Amino acid sequence: MAVLAAAADVPFAVLPALLVVPAAGALLVVVLPRRRPELLKLVAVATSMVVAAMTVWLVVAFDIDRGAEMQFEFRHSWIADLGIQWLLAVDGISLFLIVLTGILFPIALLAVDPGHDDRAYFAWMLLLEAGVIGVFCAMDLMVFFLCFEVVLVPMYFLIGRWGHGNSAYAATKFFLFTMAGSALMLIGILALAFLHADATGGGLTFDLVELAEAQSLGTTTARWVFLSFALAFAVKVPLFPLHTWLPDAHTEASTAGSVILAGVLLKLGTYGFLRFGLYLFPEASHFFAPVFLTLGLVGIIYGAVVATMQRDLKRLVAYSSVAHLGFIVLGTFALNTEGIEGGLLQMVNHGVSTAALFLLVGMIYERRHTRQIDELGGLQKSAPVLAAVFTLVMLSSIGLPGLNGFVGEFLVLVGTFNAHRWLAIVATGGVILAALYLLWAYQRVFHGPAEGANAEMPDLKLREGLVLAPLLVLIVAMGVYPKPVIERMEPSVDALVAHIETHVDGFHEPTSRFGADIVVGEGSDDAGDDH
Amino acid sequence: MVVTTSWYLTLAAILFSMGAVGLLTRRNPLIMIMCIELMLNAVNLTFVSLGSELGDLGGQLSVFFVLVVAASEVVVGLAVVVAIMRRRQGATVDDLSVLRG
Amino acid sequence: MLDLVWLVPAFPLAGFLILTFGGRRLGEPTAGWLATGAMAGSFLATAGAFYDLAGRDLHDRRSVTTLFEWVPAGDLTVDVGFLADPLSLTMCLFVTGVGALIHLYSIGYMHGDADFRRFFAYLNLFAFAMLMLVLGDNLLLTFLGWEGVGACSYLLISFWFTDEANASAGKKAFITNRIGDWGFMLAIFMTFATFGTVAYVDVLDTTAAGTVATSTATFIALMLFVGAIGKSAQFPLFLWLPDAMAGPTPVSALIHAATMVTSGIYLLTRVNPIIADAADWVPTLIAWTGAGTALFAATIAVAQRDIKKVLAYSTISQLGYMFLAVGCGAYVAAVFHMITHAFFKALLFLGSGSVIHGMDGDQDMAHYGGLRRLMPVTAGTFVIGWLAIAGVPPFAGFWSKDEILAYAWNESPLLWAVGLVTAVLTAFYMTRLVILTFFGRHRYADPRPDEVEEAWASAIAVAEEAVVAAAAALAAAVTASEAATDEPDVAEAVVAARAAHEAAVLERDGIVASAGERPELPALALYGAPDIGPVADRLPDQVATRSDHHPHESPWTMGLPLVVLAVLSVLGGLIQLPFSTATKRLEGWLEPTLFGNEVHLSVGTGTLWVLAAVAVAGGAVGILVAVAAYLQRRVDHRAFEQPILADAWRFDRLVSNFMGGPGRAGFEATANFDSTVVDGAVESVATMVKAEARLLRRFHNGLVRTYAAGVGVGAVGLVVWFLSRTSF
Repeated sequence: MAVLAAAADVPFAVLPALLVVPAAGALLVVVLPRRRPELLKLVAVATSMVVAAMTVWLVVAFDIDRGAEMQFEFRHSWIADLGIQWLLAVDGISLFLIVLTGILFPIALLAVDPGHDDRAYFAWMLLLEAGVIGVFCAMDLMVFFLCFEVVLVPMYFLIGRWGHGNSAYAATKFFLFTMAGSALMLIGILALAFLHADATGGGLTFDLVELAEAQSLGTTTARWVFLSFALAFAVKVPLFPLHTWLPDAHTEASTAGSVILAGVLLKLGTYGFLRFGLYLFPEASHFFAPVFLTLGLVGIIYGAVVATMQRDLKRLVAYSSVAHLGFIVLGTFALNTEGIEGGLLQMVNHGVSTAALFLLVGMIYERRHTRQIDELGGLQKSAPVLAAVFTLVMLSSIGLPGLNGFVGEFLVLVGTFNAHRWLAIVATGGVILAALYLLWAYQRVFHGPAEGANAEMPDLKLREGLVLAPLLVLIVAMGVYPKPVIERMEPSVDALVAHIETHVDGFHEPTSRFGADIVVGEGSDDAGDDH
Repeated sequence: MVVTTSWYLTLAAILFSMGAVGLLTRRNPLIMIMCIELMLNAVNLTFVSLGSELGDLGGQLSVFFVLVVAASEVVVGLAVVVAIMRRRQGATVDDLSVLRG
Repeated sequence: MLDLVWLVPAFPLAGFLILTFGGRRLGEPTAGWLATGAMAGSFLATAGAFYDLAGRDLHDRRSVTTLFEWVPAGDLTVDVGFLADPLSLTMCLFVTGVGALIHLYSIGYMHGDADFRRFFAYLNLFAFAMLMLVLGDNLLLTFLGWEGVGACSYLLISFWFTDEANASAGKKAFITNRIGDWGFMLAIFMTFATFGTVAYVDVLDTTAAGTVATSTATFIALMLFVGAIGKSAQFPLFLWLPDAMAGPTPVSALIHAATMVTSGIYLLTRVNPIIADAADWVPTLIAWTGAGTALFAATIAVAQRDIKKVLAYSTISQLGYMFLAVGCGAYVAAVFHMITHAFFKALLFLGSGSVIHGMDGDQDMAHYGGLRRLMPVTAGTFVIGWLAIAGVPPFAGFWSKDEILAYAWNESPLLWAVGLVTAVLTAFYMTRLVILTFFGRHRYADPRPDEVEEAWASAIAVAEEAVVAAAAALAAAVTASEAATDEPDVAEAVVAARAAHEAAVLERDGIVASAGERPELPALALYGAPDIGPVADRLPDQVATRSDHHPHESPWTMGLPLVVLAVLSVLGGLIQLPFSTATKRLEGWLEPTLFGNEVHLSVGTGTLWVLAAVAVAGGAVGILVAVAAYLQRRVDHRAFEQPILADAWRFDRLVSNFMGGPGRAGFEATANFDSTVVDGAVESVATMVKAEARLLRRFHNGLVRTYAAGVGVGAVGLVVWFLSRTSF
């Protein structure tokens, strides 16, 4: 611990390193000979491990006392005439998303072999990692947009070339859908920057903090610009009804592709809502909150209902992601500390448990060459360890207290309850549905008699177990002791809520009403709540 | 009867329209190239007559440019057309629609 | 010792971890002894904490031990801490005590099972979750235990998962519980919204001291009640409990009789200040739900043939009594009945497990009978359990049930009447169970309906063959006579063959007719071995094998817990005898946790004696009627076993039909909506682009002349446009 603490004091430009190292790794992979896939994999895994180590260092070195500020800031001028700079920083909101990325990429790389065109595969994966980390730590709007778009290309290839079934269709759908959303966002970014420059009379700047603190847009204009941002994020999240790219993309991608897609890429949208929606446009967020809350709620219920009737196991997990992300959106737009923290926690939790779930489904697919639930059955008899691990991850996804899924879900619902009571009452019903589709699927796949090929399915191998182990440890650890995570998030979230309170007239954070006024007359059910 | 400039212009117009109509209605590529030549020369005539009337040397200058372009275009066009005609006897322009959308 | 109260859940947690990660060396029976040892350690720790707490002054009996901060988020701070007060320690005592006995029992019961170690791992995990539920110092920690026991219940019910029915039952239990959990979660949210904390000490003290608004308290109490209904299997969320009998019997005893299902009552007792501040109709609702469910379940138990199903519905019924008590403000009575019920119901379940074990897995009481001579220990202890549940003084059940009835009378005579009728029915069906299992003739060797079918079928088949053979002989004789027409022997042979053929046909028809007219085999052959008529010698071999086989008594690991529980069922009433304040030990002990919300009985002692007498008389009536119907055959037992009762008032069928029919159709429709309408909208964008492209492609026909014409027209148009804008 002392060594780590000492290391934490060493000043080093960690954020640019986090971008450069994977990009350099991608370049290195490209120049290595194609005929040595083991070497390529070694280089790729090593690079991602280095990145992972750096992200863990980031957590250790993060100063909780200065939690609300941007830390590890890196600023370098890029296109000075247009006010664009390489501005990277981390705060409590983005910290754990970066760590999640760092941890998931080595796991994804280790777990799955691409089978063909290894060189291109590893290069794309490392480039993807660089792009994703860039999105999470960018504090300049143009850098953010660049990385947001850069992420699309490797993902397109990862789904299309190394997927199965209808992967070309799924990849194209994913790419076009997401790009259409973000095209509007570019207009919004430019509008924001130019209107700000006009209003302040200063130079053009794309610095996020500056733009957010200045709040120089008129109310209606801000709402329009917010919508352009929101559309891009809504497609990425995905929010009902813009979610239909997700089942296809998740199902047809290879296992590693699904792991990264579900674990990390979906969080770009929700992170965008927090950082660029709520922070840049607090009034517009407050104005449109009911819309997004409703859409999130619809996503929770609808995603769960549709998941129940899926016949493909992977597609079922994909729809469960829609439901889980509905919770995150619900928490984000509750506009209070508990809700936003719950949403952030759930981003990390969902990343961990859904990644594990996709890995497990991938392992089943590797053995049985089918994902159809009808063709599977009785697997607990032939593969008890696999079944046990699946049970643990499934219970985490259901939100069993003691595992990671519960804490975030609970905080989201507590926050929403304080803000919009009836929405929370309906959203809590989502926990019933989550149990329904997961347990039913588990019963059909693992319980019952094992016949034919199902009876001969081999159990979990040591190598696979080691790949899953970090995720399983996180599932239990973050369920039992989430405090270290929460206490690093909280200052930034509090600052964000305070920021919203400052810039929105008549808005006060919906908190619980307690204290000395629990007396007769304190009737606390839906007195003047807006929904 | 004095031959004025308008006579030349009229002649040029007639030649041009003959060339245009011929271009649009004939199917033989060689004939179409000849019609293009006709149109180009009609334009040349217009340039020269107007250049003479207005006393501007630009008219005669333009003719040089047009002649050069026409010559090079004929060379390339004829080469392509002859190459195609050798392959397919009696091909008309309507048959050469490989570049359709 | 009170500081070490965290040891109580730590022992079973350690047991679970060791058993899960300990590897294959921990097989039978080490795993079982390890798990039982963990529970015993937990019991000792509880006893130590209990002793410490009892040593304290009456109003100082509350100790909070905090381990670490769990969720510090915004204004919400939830710790992992343990609240050791009379209520929680009482619960812990019987959870760990009865739990340890059941662990011991399981060593014998699960002997030979391939998944021995996994069973004990799950049992220990369950114990951990249950103890967290009871010891948690805040609502969220209780909820952790609440869901934890639900998950363990799921794992244990579907323990023998290769059978689809077991898997389905486990899933049903979890999901039905989750519906209740919805209510619990909402209660937690409202508690936080109102109090800013979810810790019991703060919430309950504030509620008891100040006044919480009625609407808030009503909401919280109601939502907690919804949660309790799910966990404690009251109407309408009781459907999972009978199905849960698919799990091994120790599971049914521990989880579905003694511990998990009592969580609901524990929760409501814990938050009694909030119930006190809620609207008046809330306790009334609780009481009537309890009473109604009790009666409802008792009627169903009357007609069940599976021994465990009878006990399952009996549990639902007894839980109803506890809810009735809570609704009437009689928290002590509810806890008292919870304790005595844990003793005698666990005893009954373990006893039934012993019977099932001895009968090699057969659970149908139609095949039992007269087992008391073959399984004396089981029978003896079972009889004690029967007397306890039937409310026969001085056994434990009498005292607790009587107290509940007294409070019911205090609240409303109608409630008391429902309780009384239920008590009569309880006595009836339990007596029925005891008689069918341990008394009467031994029906094990009787042939069963499918075996009799087989016998008749084989008889008919033989007769058919005879007919066919006779017909063939007749045909042969006829051909022979046609070949040699003069011989008189041949003609005689034909006549004989014809007669033989007709005789065979007659015999065959006779047998078929007898088969068609044969009387229905009785469901319960109480009056003697069923008469199967002429096919007695055609019964399959397994009937003979069965009559040679003798059910055997169980090993000591199963017998000892039965004896201990029987002793407790006899003596259990001593903790709350109603004669004077001194004998009401439980009430005195629990007083600090009740915040004075215990209703006072405004009923005179004379009335109490009358009520008790009526209850005893009612029980006696139930017993005598059952004896008359099943032992002495003076009343036709079939009058009580109506098919609608056996089918549980068709309620389960109703729910299943709805879920499988309209429910599933609705879900299917939504899924179709997603792939056709929502995705269709996306696809339609692509389709529109393609259609437009197809339209525009027509301009690219590759014909030079068209392009040339276009150029010409365009040029002319431009010229015209420019000309029209210039003025000459």
